[in-house]
Order: sequence, then structure tokens, then C-alpha cells
Amino acid sequence: MTGPIFIFLVLAAVAIAGAVSLILHRHPIHSALSLIVVMVALAGLYLLMGAEFVAAVQLIVYGGAIMVLFVFVIMLLNAGEEERTNFSTLATYGGVPLALGVAGLIAAALSRAGTETLPAAAQGGAVSSTRSLSMLLFSEFVYPFELTSFLILVAILGAIVLAQREN
Amino acid sequence: MVPTNYYLILSAVLFGLGIVAFVFKRNIITLFMAIELMLNAVNLAFVAFSQSLGKLEGEVFVLFVIIVAAAEAAVGLGIIILTARNRRSLNVERVDLLKL
Amino acid sequence: MEFLYKYAFIIVPVIKVAILVFIVLTVDAYLTWLERKVIAHIQARWGPHRVGPHGLLQPLADGIKFVFKEDPIPAGADRVLYFLAPFLTLVLAVTSLGVIPFGPGKFTIWGYTTTLSIVDLNISLLALFAITALGVYGIALAGWASNSKYSLFGGLRSSAQMISYELALTLSVVGVLLLAGDLSLRGIVDQQYIPNLGFLSWNIAGFGKGYGVTQILGFACFFIAAIAETNRVPFDLPEAESELVAGFHTEYASMKFAMFFIAEYTSMIVVSCLGTILFFGGWLSPFPDSWTFTHYLPSLLLIPFGLWVIFDGMRYETIFGRIILPGLGIAIAGLGIALAVFRPLNDFAQGPFWLISKVLLSLLIYIWLRGTLPRLRYDQLMGFGWKVLLPVSIANVVITSAVMFWRMPR
Repeated sequence: MTGPIFIFLVLAAVAIAGAVSLILHRHPIHSALSLIVVMVALAGLYLLMGAEFVAAVQLIVYGGAIMVLFVFVIMLLNAGEEERTNFSTLATYGGVPLALGVAGLIAAALSRAGTETLPAAAQGGAVSSTRSLSMLLFSEFVYPFELTSFLILVAILGAIVLAQREN
Repeated sequence: MVPTNYYLILSAVLFGLGIVAFVFKRNIITLFMAIELMLNAVNLAFVAFSQSLGKLEGEVFVLFVIIVAAAEAAVGLGIIILTARNRRSLNVERVDLLKL
Repeated sequence: MEFLYKYAFIIVPVIKVAILVFIVLTVDAYLTWLERKVIAHIQARWGPHRVGPHGLLQPLADGIKFVFKEDPIPAGADRVLYFLAPFLTLVLAVTSLGVIPFGPGKFTIWGYTTTLSIVDLNISLLALFAITALGVYGIALAGWASNSKYSLFGGLRSSAQMISYELALTLSVVGVLLLAGDLSLRGIVDQQYIPNLGFLSWNIAGFGKGYGVTQILGFACFFIAAIAETNRVPFDLPEAESELVAGFHTEYASMKFAMFFIAEYTSMIVVSCLGTILFFGGWLSPFPDSWTFTHYLPSLLLIPFGLWVIFDGMRYETIFGRIILPGLGIAIAGLGIALAVFRPLNDFAQGPFWLISKVLLSLLIYIWLRGTLPRLRYDQLMGFGWKVLLPVSIANVVITSAVMFWRMPR
């Protein structure tokens, strides 16, 4: 087992464990922490693929800002544990295996189709230095980039208006 | 190097787990987090394809997905705070009537 | 021996990590001593002066106290998060030391060539910001897990403050990035190196390689934002002892409180290192390179200091005073003499010497601010961060890019 595959398996196991623990925990703060673990594992996978700028942005924006917002809201609303209800037996014993079966089917289809259609990912891949990424972002994608800045402005205004107290 | 299929299988599994979380959880904030998990799974698929095809457009798109997720989280959590104040509960099964 | 050569790529970084963590933790402990002494002298009193000569054993006494104190856990606290929060804060603070380069030299051990940093990333600045961004969690979770309303409010306020000033911190660095064109800390220092210009080529003066612009405004924003990030005076309302009953670490005692403490001082050291590397030329000497006699400055400082330590230790009658202090003094003076005599060692030690002296100066300024300025109220603090510091950082980016564009040939 070579080095990169071993690291991939470790990070993938951590990501899947985080996602499963998001489902199994009843308190939203534990689910939020599990999601943070998933995001850090994914940032590690991006680093493994050589996309270092995307890994850093994922950690700074997703892990350091968006999830902090989630944690703040959970603390402010003092969300408690979910109540235990009885799910319908059909949903639990039929639904979860069905969902996992569908995921497994997609995974099998991907792994069988991948070997012909995708070129060899073995060598190099993209020269994903920050410089080439930013050249692409500001030349070909400058219009979506400006649109996203406008989108963030609208989101900030919307969040402020929504969270105001009634005066 | 790691074959791209491995990344795609992981992305599919995470997406499936996100769907399971979305269907089975009843706290509205946890539902929102399941959506973020699904977005992350999709980001992983984008970067995997970007690496295998040798083009950088995939990574640019990942940046856009992250930005849109940030904007969506801000507004969505604002709505959640308002709903929680009005209904005094974070359980989505209680928000099933148009009247309070 | 074969084993060492084959696995050198794992063994050498592990040794470097061990040495760095040991040095930084000792420096943290003596930084608390220095802080207490300096603040005391600002306030016209002596600081710790009983526990050893000049109070030098005070950190050791504090450490022993922390180990033996009772460690209560509040009722109803979330156990996992309660234990996780200080651990997370400390781990993240110490991890960010890994990307800082301490000098320019490369050296080869057991066939493995390394530099004077633990890892040499080409996005080390971004990695540092990523680790700082994740550091907010330790404080927020500490506030939540203590199951006490004072801790919760203190934790929320402190995290909100850290997030707000993180924006200004990141934006104030963009000016430096525009000049350097490189995200790695080593590349940023290389951009500030023009051989015979001395300190004028640093980013603070602005005559570096390429189209240099002075970054005084950027440094001002960075310094203020850094003080707010590390929760120091004048921005330490969320954790001050007279407000909110010590904020997010109210319910923590003994070793866990010590972990928060060490994490705060370590992040202070990291931010000082970052400030010197980004704005003050890192390991570059402020004198022009043609003045080679300045290479003897480390020896010139170390030898008299070592001799003074020897003679000062003799004044005391304790073991620490009679044996350890003179031993320490002999080591310091010996290092000074070795630097003066061996040229290769002297050339190797120039970089780290200048970096360490600039970092010490920056830490002294932090401590000076703590002894002098009053605390900002929370709404003043947040208003300042969003309404003053953020626009000024953005203005710095605009001004830097405008001047660079104007100076660039068409």
C-alpha cells in the first residue's frame, strides 16, 4: 500500500466517520463538530490532490467562518437534544438500507465506468498553483466573480434585516 | 497517486449520508448542516475531476460553491432564528401549518 | 546508522518539532515572568523578586501550583467538549509555529536537506490564517461547555471579536502579498532583500524588490488586529478578571487554565513572528550587507550579558544563584565567543539572531501596551473593528495597488 493511498484511506475513514456521527448524535452541537471534522478531512483530501489554495479556502471560509456561524446560532438558540420519537419501522429498516444501496449502486457504476472514460489521474494533473488559479478566476470567470460579490452584499443585508429586533 | 474513482466513490457515499441525515433528522439546524455536507461532497467531486482532467475550471467552481454556501448559510440561519423565535421550537415537525 | 539515513525524512522533522516545542514552551513560561516584571516596573513596583534571583523561578513555582491545584468540573458540563476546548486551543496555537521560517540557511543531516522551519510550504501564509481561523472554536466551545451563563457570554463575545478582527488581519496582509507575489513566508522575506539597502528594503519602508510601496498603514492595521486576535489588552474585555468574571475560562482551573494561558502566549509569539516576517524583513539585518563588521553584533551582545549573569549569580547564596546562574552565564558567553571565532557558525546564526531580537522587541511592545492602555468596552471594540479597521485595511489594499499600477511600465 503506497503512501498516498494510505493517507487517502485514513482521511476518507475520518470523513465517513464524521458524517455518520452527524447522523447519530442527538445534540446539534455534536453534529456541528462532526461536520467540522468532515470539512477538515476534506481539506486534507484537497491537499492530497494538489489543490492547495482550495484546501486553505475550505478551512478558512467553510471551517472557520460558516461553521462558526452554525455554532453561534446553536449556542444562541440554546438548542437542546432532539426528542426521541418512534420512527416508522418501515422507514428505519427499509429506508436506510435502500439509501445505502443506492449509494453503493452509484459507487459501483462510477468505479466501473471510470477506468475507460477518465484519463490517467496518475501523473501531475493540473498545475494548480495559486497563480494559475487566480489568472483563470480574473480573466475568464470575472463576471461570476463580480456577481458573487454582489450576492454576498445582498446576503449581508438580508441577514441584518432578518435578525433585527422589532422596534 | 490515488485513482480518481476512489474520490468519486467517497463523494457519492458522503452525498448519500447527507441525504440520510436530511431525511431522518428533525432539528432544523441539523437539516441545514446536512445540506452543507451534501455541498461538500459535490465539491470533492469537482476537485477530483479537475485534478484528473488537468483543467482548473473545477477548482474555480469549487470557490464559487463555497461562496454561495456562505451566503446561503447567512440568510438561512437568519430565517431559522426568526422561525425559532416565532414558533418557540426548533423541530421541523412543528412548522407544518401556515398558522402559528 | 542505515536506519537513520533511510528514515531521515521522518526522524529529522520529529526532532525539529521536539526542539521547537521545548524552546517555545520555555519561552512562554519566561514570557509570563517578563510580563510581570515589565508591568510592575511601569507601575513603579518590583515584580516577582522573591522566588529566585530576580524572581526567575516564579514560572516554575506557578507550574507546580497549576499541577497541584484541584481540578473541578462544573455540574452539567458537557464532558467531552469541556476537555476538548483547551486542548484544541493549545494544539492549534502550537501547530501554527510549524510554518514559520526562522532563518535562511539550509543544512543537511543524515542526507536530508532541511531549512530552519518545520515544514516549508509554498502557501505557508494561508496555512497560518487557516489555523488561526480554526482557533475560534476552542474559545466558543469553552464558553459553551462550562454550562454557566458568564462563560457562555464571555465565549460568544470573544469568538465574535476574533472573527471580526480576523477580517482586518487578513486584509492588512494583502498589501504585502501584492508586493511579494508569493504566498510563502520565505518568499515574502526574499522580496524584502536588497543587498546593500539595509532596513530600507523592508516592507515597512517600502523599497523592496519590484515595485515597493511602504506598508506603514498595513502594519498599523495588522498590529491592532493582531492584539485583538490574541485577546490582549486593550481588547481583552471577554477574558479580563474584573469583567464577566473572567469570561470563557471562568470554570477552568489548574492545568486546563494553564493550557489556555500557554495558548495565548504562544499565539502572541506566532503573531509577533508573523509581523516581523511580513513587515520588518524577518531575518534580514537592518544594516547594509557591506558593513560586515555588524556580523559581530550577536557576539558583542552575548558576551557582556553572559559575564553579567555570572557575576550577578554570585551575589545570591542559593543553589540557583551560585551554580545554575553562573553556568547559564558561561553558556551564553561561550556561545558569544564561539560565534566570534567560527565564521560559518556566525553566518548561520545571523538570520535567527535578527529574527529573535525583532520578535522580542515586538513582544515587549505588547507587554508595554498591557501596562499602559485601558480596556475598550465591547461595543467600542466591535465598532472599531468593523467601522474603522476594516475600511482602513481595504484602503491600504487600494492605495498599494494604485501606487504599484502607477509605477509599472505600460
